Amino acid sequence: MDKKQLPGDGVVTGTGTIERHPVAIFAQDFTVAGGSLGLMHARKITKIMDHAVKLGIPLIGINDSGGARIQEGVDSLAGYGEIFYRNTRASGVIPQISVILGPCAGGAVYSPALTDFVFVVDKISKMFITGPEVIKTVLGEEISMEDLGGARVHTEISGNAHFFAASETECFAQIKKLTTLIPWNNRKKADSYPAVPPKPGFRIDRIIPDQPTKPYDIRDVIRALFDDSEFLEVHKGWAANIVVGFARLDGETVGIVGNQPAVLAGVLDVDSSDKAARFVRFCDSFNIPLITLVDLPGYLPGVDQEHAGVIRHGAKLLYAYSEATVPKLTVILRKAYGGGYIAMCSRHLGADFVFAWPTAEIAVMGPEGAANIIFKSEIAASADPNETRKQKVREYTEKFANPYVAAAAGHIDAVIDPEETRDSLIHAIRISAAKQEVAPAKKHGIPPF
Amino acid sequence: MSDPTDKPAVPTLEIDDTVFETAPTRKFANRTPYAPRDPRKILCFIPGIIRKIHVAPGRKIRRGDHLLILEAMKMQNDISSPEEGTVKKIHVTVGQMVTKGQILIELE
Repeated sequence: MDKKQLPGDGVVTGTGTIERHPVAIFAQDFTVAGGSLGLMHARKITKIMDHAVKLGIPLIGINDSGGARIQEGVDSLAGYGEIFYRNTRASGVIPQISVILGPCAGGAVYSPALTDFVFVVDKISKMFITGPEVIKTVLGEEISMEDLGGARVHTEISGNAHFFAASETECFAQIKKLTTLIPWNNRKKADSYPAVPPKPGFRIDRIIPDQPTKPYDIRDVIRALFDDSEFLEVHKGWAANIVVGFARLDGETVGIVGNQPAVLAGVLDVDSSDKAARFVRFCDSFNIPLITLVDLPGYLPGVDQEHAGVIRHGAKLLYAYSEATVPKLTVILRKAYGGGYIAMCSRHLGADFVFAWPTAEIAVMGPEGAANIIFKSEIAASADPNETRKQKVREYTEKFANPYVAAAAGHIDAVIDPEETRDSLIHAIRISAAKQEVAPAKKHGIPPF
Repeated sequence: MSDPTDKPAVPTLEIDDTVFETAPTRKFANRTPYAPRDPRKILCFIPGIIRKIHVAPGRKIRRGDHLLILEAMKMQNDISSPEEGTVKKIHVTVGQMVTKGQILIELE
């Protein structure tokens, strides 16, 4: 082993630019000892990481490594630890992007997990802590690398990866797009671009069905609102009942969080809360204003949800929004019921502007459920319970299923026409450009991880 | 309450007595319905191999009595009885590989 030459010790590092945006980069080389991580290999990576932090530029890691270089013993474990430590220290200081371009196992997947965005490519990327062979020996379970930790698994089931691409070319295009949307570091804002109106094909008044129980695709609303109808969706395949991603408004990068009525009625649940909370924290760290589009019936009921800790996971979103000090703009499109209303960046969690469409229904729950509870005895005692129920539902709908009760209480700033939404958001984002909010002095908070 | 006769043929989700037309996620569609746990069924909590069985059917046991040894992750786990009873059936044999959730021993 001592006499064996390992070119570059299996990793290449350097700096460069992506459309004038500076980046630091390291790329592991699987053809050199399987991309295995030895001490010098790790030192090269930690050196470029330190460089990126000092210069305040994003770090891109191209990961293609079989894991620890066993021949180097504990030194290779030390190398991993030093990388993890730096990933954590740099978290929220510079954007960190990981690209998985081969089978990555063990320690090789924990560094990506500590970074902000993980990119995977179909059939090429594989990530796991223990591989199929170990699983077979220990547990007797047989599974292929692809089914255990392939690109689809991590973008659709585990949520470990944020971007899925069919090819490396598509993956690199996604990375370039993301790089132009985010700032160099946490002391800067993302670069401004010339403002472009949405494409004329997307008509905001044609998307949302009147009936609150009918679905539509929230991404159509996003395309109708933001510059050039462009939207870079993060975590597209996982927890699809919430949609998060980046777009530009008036030339400035914004982070969008929107309930997706087309999937699970747009409810918040364990995974969607987790997904949105993480995205909100990224935006807040990197000075990206948040725009929240609300249309949800509340939290998903179910034993599996409760036992999976929906209380703790749901609280992550409350925490992330409350903690965020970037400009926070909220638009209530249709339903905003109960805990879901509060969680989706309500005024109460510090939203700077809250707009509602005339179709908005802000209430503790939907009219059916509310009438069944409030008028339970009246309905039961009536000669025609069905007719009484219908009448009570109508009464409740007229009284409460609208945005005016909340607007009168000051929880909403303005009820606006859907066509006015883009202009209202542009106004709000310009007005809040100088927003400064100082959190109470503390070392750090304790979010419900 | 929704009228079952006007139920649409598209996938729906009911929340607070309101039926929403919406597609399920794969995870939601594949979730296992909840079944209350039967304390008389001793289930495997970690995948591994049965190394030793201390009891036989018909044997009276007290709470805490050793039932079997399950080796998992290089650890010999002592599985003891959560309650008093009689061993009704032993579902595994020594040397058998068992998965999480598999029934090991039934009590009565």
